[in-house]
Amino acid sequence: MQSVSTENRLAGLTRALRKLATSLVVIATTLFGLLVITFVVGRMVPTDPVISLIGPEADQQTYERVYRMLGLDQPLYVQFFTYLRDVLSLNLGQSFITKNAVTTDLARVIPATLELSTLAILIGGGLGIPLGIIAAVRKGSWIDQVARVVGLVGYSMPIFWLGTLVILVFYAWLQWIPGGGRIDIYNEGIVSGPTQSLLIDSIIAGEWEVFWSALHHLITPALILGYASMAYLSRMSRAFMLEQLNQEYVLTARAKGLPGRTVVWGHAFRNIRVQLLTIVTLAYCGLLEGTVLIETVFGWPGLGQYLTSSLLYADMNPVLGSVLVIGLISIIANLLSDVVYRFVDPRTR
Amino acid sequence: MAKPTQPMLDVENLKVRFRTLAGPIEAVRGVSFTLGKEKLGIIGESGSGKTMTGRAVMRLLPKSAEIIADKLQFEDVDLSTATERQMQSVRGRRIGMILQDPKYSLNPVMSVGQQISEMARFHLRVGKREAEERTLAMLEQVHIRDPHRVYRLYPHEVSGGMGQRIMIAMMLVASPSLIIADEPTSALDVSVRGQILELLDEIVVSRGIGLMFISHDLNMVRSFCDRVLIMYAGRIVETIAASELENARHPYTIGLLEALPRIDAPRDRLAVLQRDPSWLEPTR
Repeated sequence: MQSVSTENRLAGLTRALRKLATSLVVIATTLFGLLVITFVVGRMVPTDPVISLIGPEADQQTYERVYRMLGLDQPLYVQFFTYLRDVLSLNLGQSFITKNAVTTDLARVIPATLELSTLAILIGGGLGIPLGIIAAVRKGSWIDQVARVVGLVGYSMPIFWLGTLVILVFYAWLQWIPGGGRIDIYNEGIVSGPTQSLLIDSIIAGEWEVFWSALHHLITPALILGYASMAYLSRMSRAFMLEQLNQEYVLTARAKGLPGRTVVWGHAFRNIRVQLLTIVTLAYCGLLEGTVLIETVFGWPGLGQYLTSSLLYADMNPVLGSVLVIGLISIIANLLSDVVYRFVDPRTR
Repeated sequence: MAKPTQPMLDVENLKVRFRTLAGPIEAVRGVSFTLGKEKLGIIGESGSGKTMTGRAVMRLLPKSAEIIADKLQFEDVDLSTATERQMQSVRGRRIGMILQDPKYSLNPVMSVGQQISEMARFHLRVGKREAEERTLAMLEQVHIRDPHRVYRLYPHEVSGGMGQRIMIAMMLVASPSLIIADEPTSALDVSVRGQILELLDEIVVSRGIGLMFISHDLNMVRSFCDRVLIMYAGRIVETIAASELENARHPYTIGLLEALPRIDAPRDRLAVLQRDPSWLEPTR
């Protein structure tokens, strides 16, 4: 009995490791594809990297020297391998606007975006999933209608427009919310903690004033961003749940005499966790795209704003670096959901 | 044939009506019967209302269904007026239900042990350990050889026959006095069928409980049940002791029997049931 279970566990571990190896290969391939795309895009845009660097006033000699220095005289595949080597050694070039290494800039803007998008997905999932499930259980009731309207509005209203509207009403007219930025000016630079998330760091440091100020700034863009994913998540979880409620095992659970709450959350919900995980991951990746818009509207100093402002000045290194990072975050999110769903669904073990 | 005992279930003029866009549809049109500590077979073709009758007793019909009955009495509970809360203490606790295919009727993401012990914890209000012990004992009672191993398995890891044993164990944990088995062997291999029937028989007899056995298999019901209700188009057309089935009087029953192949006397061509519209009229 004991030895059997140990053996089983060992076999399970081997299987898990093999699956992990497979996912790593998949990630490496995806990442390589991503690098090819960023490289090609980088070469195809009609901006001259040399002029970006030295400016239009420089003479021909300087131009040619820098041209060779950047390796642009090399054949394309050599350039690609140089690019590959640079990326792998975390050298993403320099931004000519900020004059910083792109990696330095990214290290500053990524935490701001992650903070925003994580709070947004927590709002979107935390409200959207229960709303969808309740709508499914009480199909046709008033709460189902409310969920339908919420979903429809969320689907059809662009977030940059909603964001602008909210700023107009709540900032300009009612003055309930602060304007752009992550934090009020007089609270800036007080905390700088290990996580680079102002919320978490200020809690760690016990700086409650900073915490409230940061939350105050964060909550509106997070709500708007979260609302978009809430619309999607509630519609999807409603559909998933309706499908489960028609299954035989739900009838069994009711025949067992379990109260409705247990039937829904204890039985049916367990069966949609994998699907939910998948769509939450998708929603999170979609949300990263949304940050590009919402960060611009709210002046949020994150990845999206960095990307757009660099793009407007044709500052290609930051643009490519940001795209790479967004791709990487998506890949990591997918990997995580892959790992988690093995724990959630016994059939995949 | 076991002698009919004091009925625990008394059904009089039960109707199940569905509200549809095309107007109300009656799936069960006035069914009356009693059930004691016996094996009562309910037989009928698809759509005859046998499943709906069983579900109506447990009040497990979709929201669009309406249950109307002159009497729907189970022991001391009036099932037609009981609240949903009262029904929850009847379902599983006093009336168990076994469904057709364990592949679908067990929750795929909960272990077998979890699903059974949940019954013990919920109905018997026992702790985790006690529930586990009762579950293991129950698995043993349905002749599962290695209950400790099976406890941890998930439904996709067990065979159909074992799945149905697990289903039976689950429905017996709270010791109900009536079991409604809705085609419990239809999804199983012929060789496993006999074992499951034997198990059901053993349980019904040793525990002295009632069994409502819903099936479309005439031969099986004949050899397994004490009494048979024959349903047609939402009505009971005939009630007869299983041993007396040869002497059935209703033309539908006779037609069904004629249409059966026999192993001992080769028959040329099986009779085809000739339906008579008058069967649709109430018999009384």
